[in-house]
Amino acid sequence: MKLWQNLPLFLIVLPLMCAVICSVLKGKAARGVMTALASFACVAMSVILLMTAGQGKSYIYVMGEVGAPFGNELKIGVIEGLMGLGFSLVLLFSILGGWRKLTKDVAPQRMNLYATMVCLLVSAMMAITFTNDLFTAYVFIEITTIAACALICSTNKGRTFFAATRYMIMNLLGSGLFLLGLSILYCITGHLLFPQLEESVKALMAKGEYKIPLSLAAVLMTLGVGVKSALYPFHTWLPNAYASATPTSSALLSSLISKMYIFLLIKIFFRAAGAEIFAQGIGDVLFVFSLVGIILGSVDAIREHSMSRMVAYSSVSQIGYIFLGISLGTEAGMAAALFHILAHSAAKSMLFLSANKLREVSGGSDAFRDIRASGLRAPLAGLAFGVGACSLVGVPLLGGFSSKVYLAQAGLLLGDWRTTVLLLTLALSTVLNVAYMLRTTLTLYRPGQRYPLTKSPLAKDAPFTGAMIALVLINIVLGVGGGRVMELIYQGIAMFN
Amino acid sequence: MRKKNKALAHLQEWLEHGDNALEVEMEEELEEELPPEAPEEDHLEREEKEDPRLNTPKKLEKHPAFERWYRVAAVVVCLLLVGILLFAAVHMPNFGQADTLVDSELSAFYVEHTLEETGAVNIITGIILDYRGFDTLGESHVLFIGVCTVLLLLSIKGEKDQERRIWEDAYDRNFEPRHDEILQTCARILTPLTLVFGIYIILNGHLSPGGGFSGGAVLGAGLILYQNAFGYQKIERFFTFRTFKAVSVMSLLLYSCAKGYHFFTGANHLESGISPGVAGNIFSAGLLLPLNFVVGCVVACTMYALYTMFRKGDF
Repeated sequence: MKLWQNLPLFLIVLPLMCAVICSVLKGKAARGVMTALASFACVAMSVILLMTAGQGKSYIYVMGEVGAPFGNELKIGVIEGLMGLGFSLVLLFSILGGWRKLTKDVAPQRMNLYATMVCLLVSAMMAITFTNDLFTAYVFIEITTIAACALICSTNKGRTFFAATRYMIMNLLGSGLFLLGLSILYCITGHLLFPQLEESVKALMAKGEYKIPLSLAAVLMTLGVGVKSALYPFHTWLPNAYASATPTSSALLSSLISKMYIFLLIKIFFRAAGAEIFAQGIGDVLFVFSLVGIILGSVDAIREHSMSRMVAYSSVSQIGYIFLGISLGTEAGMAAALFHILAHSAAKSMLFLSANKLREVSGGSDAFRDIRASGLRAPLAGLAFGVGACSLVGVPLLGGFSSKVYLAQAGLLLGDWRTTVLLLTLALSTVLNVAYMLRTTLTLYRPGQRYPLTKSPLAKDAPFTGAMIALVLINIVLGVGGGRVMELIYQGIAMFN
Repeated sequence: MRKKNKALAHLQEWLEHGDNALEVEMEEELEEELPPEAPEEDHLEREEKEDPRLNTPKKLEKHPAFERWYRVAAVVVCLLLVGILLFAAVHMPNFGQADTLVDSELSAFYVEHTLEETGAVNIITGIILDYRGFDTLGESHVLFIGVCTVLLLLSIKGEKDQERRIWEDAYDRNFEPRHDEILQTCARILTPLTLVFGIYIILNGHLSPGGGFSGGAVLGAGLILYQNAFGYQKIERFFTFRTFKAVSVMSLLLYSCAKGYHFFTGANHLESGISPGVAGNIFSAGLLLPLNFVVGCVVACTMYALYTMFRKGDF
């Protein structure tokens, strides 16, 4: 084993230790540790991505002396590297972009606990990204759920407690369903590691045994992940949680936490439980759910009166795209879903962070009538919001455009009734996206000075400036270099199993 | 048409805010109890000025018909789920039969190899701390994150207004049984026994049923009993917030280091220098004894901390 191949271990154990240390540090030091950790994650993930892509095959990292099927193990390939890199970059820039607001929102004596939560989140994120074991994934889902809840209510306002309570209830329901599905699978097959699970499931399906519990397990796990990542009918916890938390938390919740769960589901479907169970109608049901989510999420977003809630609702629609890709059950669909995870993470974190800045220069309100001309008061935030909005709408040269193209391609490859429905929905959704995203962007530049053009607070906010520029660049890279990223994804899919 | 719109609006209302009187009430209460903003934080721009129209749920009118149907639907959905799960359970392999598992190589392997490879007479401990030690590492941090979240929410340490502190103290006195003879006499006998028993379970974790999690829970229960009988002053002679922090932080760091070392040597096929020792001895089974010890410390601290945090918001 080469030295760089140990990086995943350090990416999981080091954040755990940092979290424990943060809990006894002073607020400022803890915040420093958290940021350093995020930077370390970015560097380490880049190394992993480069080396696995160069090496051309994935490798197994055994956690302990005894490997599969008796012990825990990690599996590291190009897709894991790519997703991990995307997540770490968004994490780092979310922390930086919300830096000033974070120091205001979170009381100094609680800052160290906030940093603890972020560190644990990093560890869980890495563990879920790399794990090759269903139960390990569940353990770290638990950590993520509690950490997310703490991230929401760390601001200590009445509303955030309310949102966090609701988040907790829905997410525990999701975890419970996932655990039920996991238990059923384990009870029947006697395995928890993905490769062995797949083998046994395949053997069972060939023999035609235990059909009902197996499909139920798949349904329960899909449902659990659906609830946790706000698939359409289960999204009611989302708007309050995203809109009322501090911007760093909102960005982390929308672009890391829900995406982690979806990535896990992709792993389960394409690596563990096998396409066999999946083919039995779950894909079609998921297909319908995601189409409904894409449309109704956008409709909800249009009906909102404030920017942050609109951005929150647009997540529901975008999560629909990702599930749409998965539901096709093909390699192209999966690749499109993975690409959209990256594109949406980059765009959505930027939207939340810049929306906060625009609110700050509009007297603390982000109602549409108050944010008029705020793009002129905070030019960089306005630009970033515009780029993010354009990306989600699907303007060429930005990430969202590429992912829509790949999704449409995946749909065209199907060649059955789903193709037409998918393409029509994509078209309709693009129109709806234009209706709310571009309307908001235009409002930012619409004259109507309710607030004077004072010296903008941006002048002193270097972390925000840096983070926004970096995120804009990432969006452009995803749009222009989409082909290269897709190549990487396909290379990863080839070594996924 | 109008009617339909109205129904849609109700549905929307419910989807967004819930139609539950309790929720609305809770929201209102929380809004009221907002502590006054700390003066030294700079709030130049009056950022949190909220527009009541935007984020808060509008006052909901009661819609008895809708609420009734909602409740019925909730019950029906739950029953349906129960039914489906029961139906699937009928088709599951029979519980407890050795040959029903499609693939029982795992259990066979564990039974055969655990003693020899890890030195643990108690196979369960061998599995959770060695073969699947990664999961257990995560699980211990779940406890830790639980305590941290409660601290984040309830802690009154460093709270600027002393008023809340004083109020919490006064409120706590109502529930604290002061000088309860029966309780104190029982506690005097039971606490040492409980603590010794807890330590026994932890230290014998690799030899007999038990281990860090169960032993830690017993230890925690002993601490809570002592605290209840004799009050905070007595227990603070040996267990304060600082003790709690020091013990749990050191334990978790030690745990992460030990497991990290184990994973690293295991994955790289290096000689770890840890030998299983003579099976059955108390000092055997390599890392399992210290790991059980640190898990026990973490669990005991967590139990006690959760209890006091929920009781008083402080130690």
